[in-house]
This record gives sequence, C-alpha cells and structure tokens, in this order.
Amino acid sequence: MAEYLIKNGFVFDPVLGIRGDAADIAIKDGKIVETSAVKSPKVIDAAGKTVMAGGVDIHAHVAGPKVNIGRNFRPEDKLFNCKPGHGIERMQGGFSVPTTIRTGYDYAHMGYTTVMEAAMPPLYARHTHEEMRDTPILDQGAYPVFGNNWFVLEYLKNHEIENTAAYIAWLLRATKGYAVKVVNPGGTEAWAWGLNCENIHDPVPYFDITPAQIVKGLIEANEYLGLPHSMHVHANNLGTPGNYQTTLDTFKLSEGIKPNSKFGRDQVMHHTHVQFHSYGGEGFNFESKAPEIMDYVNTHDNITIDLGCVTLDETTTMTADGPFEHHLTELNHLKWANADVELETAAGVVPFVYSANNKANAVQWCIGLELGLLAKDFMRVFLTTDHPNAGPFIRYPRIMKWLMSQEARDQQFDAFKHKDKVIEATNLAGMDRELDLYEIAQMTRAGPAKSLGLAHMYGGLAPGLDGDVAIFDFNPNEPYAPDDIEKAFGNARHLFKSGVQVISDHEIASNGNKRTLWVNAKVNENPQVMRDVKEKFLRYYTVTLNNYEVAGHHYVPNPYVIEVDATQ
Amino acid sequence: MTKTVTDVVCPFCGTLCDDLEVVVSDDGKDLLEVYNACAIGAEKFLHSQAKDRITRPRMRQEDGSWKEISYDEAAEYTARILADAKKPLMYGWSSTNCEAQSIGSEIGEAVGAVMDNTATVCHGTSLIAVQDIGIPSCTLGEVKNRADRILFWGCNPAHAHPRHMSRYSIFPRGFFTGKGHAGRKIIVVDPRVTDTAHVADVHLQIEQGHDYELLDAFRVAFKGEKLPDFVAGIPKEKIYEVAETLKSGRFAIIFFGMGVTQSIGKNHNIDAAIAVTRDLNEYTKAAIMPMRGHYNVTGSGQVWGWQFGFPFAVDLSRGFARYNPGETTSNDLLRRDEVDAVFVLGSDPGAHFPFSSVKKIYNLPSVAIDPHETPTTEVCKVHVPVAFVGVEVGGCAYRMDNVPIETRKVVDAPEGMMTDEEFLKRVFARVKAIKGV
Repeated sequence: MAEYLIKNGFVFDPVLGIRGDAADIAIKDGKIVETSAVKSPKVIDAAGKTVMAGGVDIHAHVAGPKVNIGRNFRPEDKLFNCKPGHGIERMQGGFSVPTTIRTGYDYAHMGYTTVMEAAMPPLYARHTHEEMRDTPILDQGAYPVFGNNWFVLEYLKNHEIENTAAYIAWLLRATKGYAVKVVNPGGTEAWAWGLNCENIHDPVPYFDITPAQIVKGLIEANEYLGLPHSMHVHANNLGTPGNYQTTLDTFKLSEGIKPNSKFGRDQVMHHTHVQFHSYGGEGFNFESKAPEIMDYVNTHDNITIDLGCVTLDETTTMTADGPFEHHLTELNHLKWANADVELETAAGVVPFVYSANNKANAVQWCIGLELGLLAKDFMRVFLTTDHPNAGPFIRYPRIMKWLMSQEARDQQFDAFKHKDKVIEATNLAGMDRELDLYEIAQMTRAGPAKSLGLAHMYGGLAPGLDGDVAIFDFNPNEPYAPDDIEKAFGNARHLFKSGVQVISDHEIASNGNKRTLWVNAKVNENPQVMRDVKEKFLRYYTVTLNNYEVAGHHYVPNPYVIEVDATQ
Repeated sequence: MTKTVTDVVCPFCGTLCDDLEVVVSDDGKDLLEVYNACAIGAEKFLHSQAKDRITRPRMRQEDGSWKEISYDEAAEYTARILADAKKPLMYGWSSTNCEAQSIGSEIGEAVGAVMDNTATVCHGTSLIAVQDIGIPSCTLGEVKNRADRILFWGCNPAHAHPRHMSRYSIFPRGFFTGKGHAGRKIIVVDPRVTDTAHVADVHLQIEQGHDYELLDAFRVAFKGEKLPDFVAGIPKEKIYEVAETLKSGRFAIIFFGMGVTQSIGKNHNIDAAIAVTRDLNEYTKAAIMPMRGHYNVTGSGQVWGWQFGFPFAVDLSRGFARYNPGETTSNDLLRRDEVDAVFVLGSDPGAHFPFSSVKKIYNLPSVAIDPHETPTTEVCKVHVPVAFVGVEVGGCAYRMDNVPIETRKVVDAPEGMMTDEEFLKRVFARVKAIKGV
C-alpha cells in the first residue's frame, strides 16, 4: 500500500492531545505510523489546513428497512437533487434519505469514515447488511434492537441476566450486529396493540414488566458480556413536553453499575438524541430543560449522550418508536408508514418539516445546541442529528458552525418568526460559549470512538490507529466568518480511509474497502436459551430457525469481527 | 440413497414459504420429491427436472427457427443491444435474487436503461398510493400472533397464494391467537364467489369496479355517519355491521390484490384502503398489506430503493434516476415507441402485457433471460436459459411483508448452465468494454 506523509497541517487530536499545533502525520499499510517509519511517502502539503482523524458517527439511520421505506415512499425527496454518476462515482439521489451510494460519498465529503446504523430489526438484518454493503467507503456496524424483544421481556421479568446475556450473544451472532440498542423500552411492544408505555414504571401489556426493569436488566446483561459498546437507549416518552423527568429517571437506572469492558469505555449507558428528551412544560408551553439534563450528565461519568440537533430542514422521521410516529402523523397529517415486526420491534416513518416560523421547532433547535454548550466533558457528549430525524447528517458542519460561533446563532435567532417567545422558553440566547476545534474533534471523533469501544481503531491520529485522516481547507489561525466553518467541514480537501486516499482535492478518488463490524460474544453453553429459541421459532416466528441467521458472503462480504469472551 | 434438504424456501409467490423439504438423489443432481409445498410451488421444483429443458442460449434465425449459441455469444448480443440502444428497457427482475438485481442496476446505469419490474402491471398502483398516504403495515408473524380480524379485498389467496391462509392469516395458532381460525373473523370483499370467499364469515359481493365507494363507505360507517341504502351493491346494514366487526377487533389486517389495484380507480382505491386502515388505528390496531405476486418482486423494489430511491419505473437514461409512472412505465414506453431495445429477466411480459406492447417487443432487438420457454421467449430474438433461483442457486428474496430470506440451492443446474448473476456479470464486463469504461 502507498505511504503518505501529511505535512504541516494544524492538527486537532484529542488522542495525542494536540490542540492545533502544526504537525506531520504519516500513514503506512493502512495505519497511522511514526513519521520516521515512512521511507518514500507521497507528500500531502497540509500547510494552512486543519487535520483531524476520520469522523465517527455513533447514531444515524442510514441503512435498513425503515430507511428504505423512507426512500421509496418519498419520491419528492429526490426532486432537483439527483446527481449523475461520473468516473468511479455512481449516480446519486435524495436529500433527507439519500441512496446508499450518496450516503457513503456525503459522509466522506464531511471527513467521516465510520458510521453506525442505529436500529436494526433482527428479522430484517439481511436487508440492513445489503444496504451497508452498497454504501461505499464507510466502515459500518448496526445495532439490533432488544428493548421490546419477547425473549428479553420474558427473561428480564424474572431478572435472568445470564439468560438475557446468552440470548444477546446469540442474536448478535445471528444478525451480525454490533451493540445492544433499546428503543422506547416496552412501549413499542405495547404499540402492537396500539398502546404505549409513558414512563419507566408503566407496565408492558401482557408481559407485566416495566421499562425500568428492561433498561436496567439490559445494562447488566451488557456488562455481564463485556461488549465493546454500552447499552444504547432511546428512552420512553420521546418528544413529549415534560419528558425530561422520564429521561432523568432513565439516566438514574445506570447508577451504581460499573463498566466491565476490555475496550476502554467508561460508560454503561449511552443515551441517544437527548434533545428530543429534554422538554419541560406542557402542551404549547413547552420549554428547554437542557440545564437540568446536563447537570446530571456532567456529574455522572458512567453515561455518554449524543445531541440529536434540529437543523430546521424538511426531513423524514423514522424510528422503532412506533407509537411516537403515529402521534406525529396525527400532529402534522402527513403520510405515515408503520412496520411492526413479529416478536421483536416496530418502526414508523413520517415526513416532517422543521420550520424557523414554528416556535416549537425553534425551541427544539435551541435545546440541541444548549446541550452541547452546557457540556463539560466532550469525550462524553457527541454531535448527531439522529439522522434523519432531527435533520439530515449533511448538516453536521452547520451544527459545528452554530456550536463554534455566537454570531451564527444570533443570525438564526433573528430569522425566527417568534424570536421573543423562543428566547423566553430557552437559555441559548444568553450563552456566549464558543467551542473550539479540539472540542469538536472530541465530539465527532475521539469521544464516539471511545464510547463504542473502538478507541483502538478510530478517533485519533496516534500511531497504530487506522489510517483514517481528514484534511480540511480551514486555517484556524486566521480570521474567518462563521459560514467558512460550514463550508470547510462540509467539503474535505483530502480523506484517507484505512490508508486509502478516498478523496483527493474534494473529488471521490476511491470507493474504499468498506468493512462491516460485528461482535462475536462467546458465552457458556446455555441449553435453556437454546430451547427457548427453538420453541419460539417453531411456534411464533414465520421463518424457520435455520433461515434466520445472516450468513453468506453476499451480506457481509468484508467483515471485521470483534471477539468477546464471556465464558468465565 | 437419497438426501432430504430441509428449510427450503419456495421461489414461487410472495408468501415465500421457507419450510419445504426436498428429496434429492445422493449425487445432488436429481430432485425427486417436494414436501410441504402447495401444488404450484411443488411444480416449480419438479419442472426444473424436465428432460426437454432448454439448457443452452439460442438465437432466432431469419426463417423463425432457433440456432444454439454459446453463453459468450448471448452475452455479446445482450451487451451490444443494450450499449447500442439510446433508451433500452430492462424489464422483469421479479423472479430472480437480489444479487442479480443489483448487477442489473449497474448495467442499467452504464447503458442508461429504464428499469421496471412486474409491479408495473401489478402492485405499482399500491406503491403510488403509499407515496400519497403511507402504509401502516406489519410482518406476517404479527398477523399470525395477534390478528383477529382478517379482511381479503380483491384477492384470492386460496388460488394465488395457496399457503398464505394456513401459514399466516386464517388458520395458524399464534401467541395471542391460541384458538386459530375459531378466534378470527374473516371478511372477503370480491365480486366473485371465490374459494377464499367460501371460508369467510362474511362475503361482501361487491359490484365490480365500485371498490372506492365501499372503502369510503367504511370510513363513513366508522364514524357512525349516514350512508345511502346501498353502496356498491351492499346494503348499508351490512356495511355498518362489518365496520363494527373491524373496530371491535384487537388487531385488524387488510390484504389486497389485483382486484383493487388494477380495476377502475387503481391507486385511488389503495389510497382509500390505506385511509380505512389509518382510521381503524383510532379505535384499535390495524395494518394493511399488498399480496405481492412474484416471490421477489418486493426485493427488486427494495434494491432499486436503496440504489436509486424509487421502487419501480426507474428511468436512468438521463444519467440520473427519474421516476414518473405513466411516462417511465414499461407499457407506456413500449406503446409510444420510446424504447429501442428490450431486455427481459425473471418475468413473462409476453403472457401478461397487452398484445399491442408484445408486438413492439417482437419488432425490437430483444433478449429474454428465463429458465422456462415462455410466450416472451417466443417473441424475443435471443433466449438465454439460466439456472432456477431457489432451486439450483441461492440468493436473497423479499417476502410480501419485506422480510428478506436467503433462498437455498437444492440441486445442481444441468451441466454448463449459468445463473442469472453469472450471466449478468459477463454482460456487464462486455458493456464496460464496449463503452470503454
């Protein structure tokens, strides 16, 4: 493989602790190496430019059945934005739910190299893997959903942690999944009867278990196995005014549990898109509770969160939180797709327009940014939009701009129709904090990599890590306008993925060598769980057990398997 | 000695049964018996064993007779007609695996083809309706485990999806449906007295072509508003009664087929049916599902969905994907003389398209890739026989509820035969060489 030497860039790297000093980065055999280790490298002149590790997205909906529902039922999402293929680039289309090919290229243009699909229905694992296979450049993994799975509900009702763990290990292997995802625990099962669980003590119909038992049990099972990532939760009551209390109650379920993982993470719970879970007040008087939420996050170091920032775009919401999507279609009267999945989960999809003319949407915008600006430790607070729910991922550079510039925020405030009411319901207008690129690198690189248990591969520029390096046309030492941030970080000058130059002078130069990450957890033989699995497939599933496991090279043609041994 | 292969997936209809057992000879060359399948599915497996099966590509001669050609010659012809055409039609894709569909998409991109699948004459109208109003749906296991109100509208699974009723909809005993058939109310809406109607608790023998009115009448009845004495030939008392039956269920499901998607009203019928389902969700839980025909028509819509963003009628001729049913749909293109070459794989337009369209195919450079001899192979210039997907080669297929299942290979294809995927790869290599890319 070619050797590269990226010379004299302003490097921002939390792993090496470099805060914008000029430094050289060398790549050899797909990895970052000491600059002395390269003999006759191709030299990339990065003088006057910003150099960071490849970005890591911990939570985005980019592949799988509900994403494809979004694509297929929204032809309007492709209007006026299709791009012909040229050279090695295939044709592309879509804005909020882009085709897989555009997804890969758009992330690459932002300097991102690793993206985790946030919710994979196990029965649809093949579909998710087929889409990831057809997403160029990016390393990806997918989180199977567990929070409404009948096995989990039945085991955790009696607090059977070992059985839950054995089932998790089996399902991760069967679906080639990466982590334990929980969406509206219990509420989505209730949705199969048109109901919901509205707080963590609201029992699940028939199964007679509470969301609190599900979340706590899954944290314990996750730590029993010692998986790379922690339990990854989207709590009950998303999007409802007054829901911050449910969020805090959910956070508290992690108290007293210590991480047990050889993969270097410090948290036992990752709570995703917290913006949607930080609302106070009720009805139209809803208001920001970001300070209360961040007080908790800042003082408890066994949780990590991501923001879920609203970007004020027309987008396509999609989540395994079935009852929420039904609520949303009642609210905005736009088309609604729902897909309940036997024994496992559900999903809903509804288009949504976040408008600067709508007070509620403007308040949501403020809350997302407040969470970021109130954070104390950016190794635990990550930048996301819950793509495409709060906005499409291509807006990450715009969120960076808002986080880094009070002037940019003020411009947006001035564009709000109900500016005064928005300011009254939120705290953002009084905040003068401006994040720097080191903090952005923590939020988008080192932090999520560590939380995922992938700090040994991604998120930094230390020798030995994967050769994922982005170079942006941005000189932090010269004066710049806020929009320069958005422009530079939306269009990387060069990008390396595993040592391959995939972007050269802003153009896609290679489709890379994408890998699919999955976790193979070994557990002691568990005859009870295997008997339960056999019985459920025989009696209740509509596919046979032998036709369930994702096998075959065409689903995961280039796997990267992370082995975990929980047999002790 | 013989071997029994279990968990075999049936490559016939969208029910995609995956519990078949197939007995093969010890050397894996002969398929002897098929268990658990319906009559159609079993026949598909057994038909692959026909002794007079065509096993080599052939080209039509001036005098109308066939001449055997090699796969290389067939790939060359196929690549050439696609590359030379300004706007070729690449149609079918419903009876093959997703891997072949995926390579087909790349060929379509390279030559600027219009990609269309059998939905164009089937559930394409449903896909349009979903784009209008969405679709609350579920997997078939949800129906098996929860549904106590089953409504079949304009479809006849007893004949078209023979095991649907026993596996998923009427008879199975699921988790919350321990009484099976006894715990369910079955409603059939059909102008004909079908075999499905015979097992129904209520058969609404609707006047043909009045589906939209009856669907709308249900929406009125749910709200308890006034109806005229008869709607679509059904007395209002009956409509109120059925509306109450649906509302009082714990979980209602509507299955619908060609009777509503291709009769007068088309996508508007489906709009109304989905609106009925949405309305029912105000009172109870309800879902709706199209009875997809070919075993992997759903899959081709999915593959194109993630690659291009549209489920059928995808026009790639301008270099990017366009979608405009009525303009970019196969029959409209053929009858307006807008395509100048026709490629058919995994479907039989010769049997199912209007005769006026079939005549156009006959007059164009054309190739049919299909294991069988069909009316389509009769009108095409070149016929490329291939291995049966799901019998002689595996690959991914999507069930009518979008659940992907890996089909299985149970026997070897006859010596020297190629699969869809292998043949398309060869065509793609030739297209790239011709186009110089």
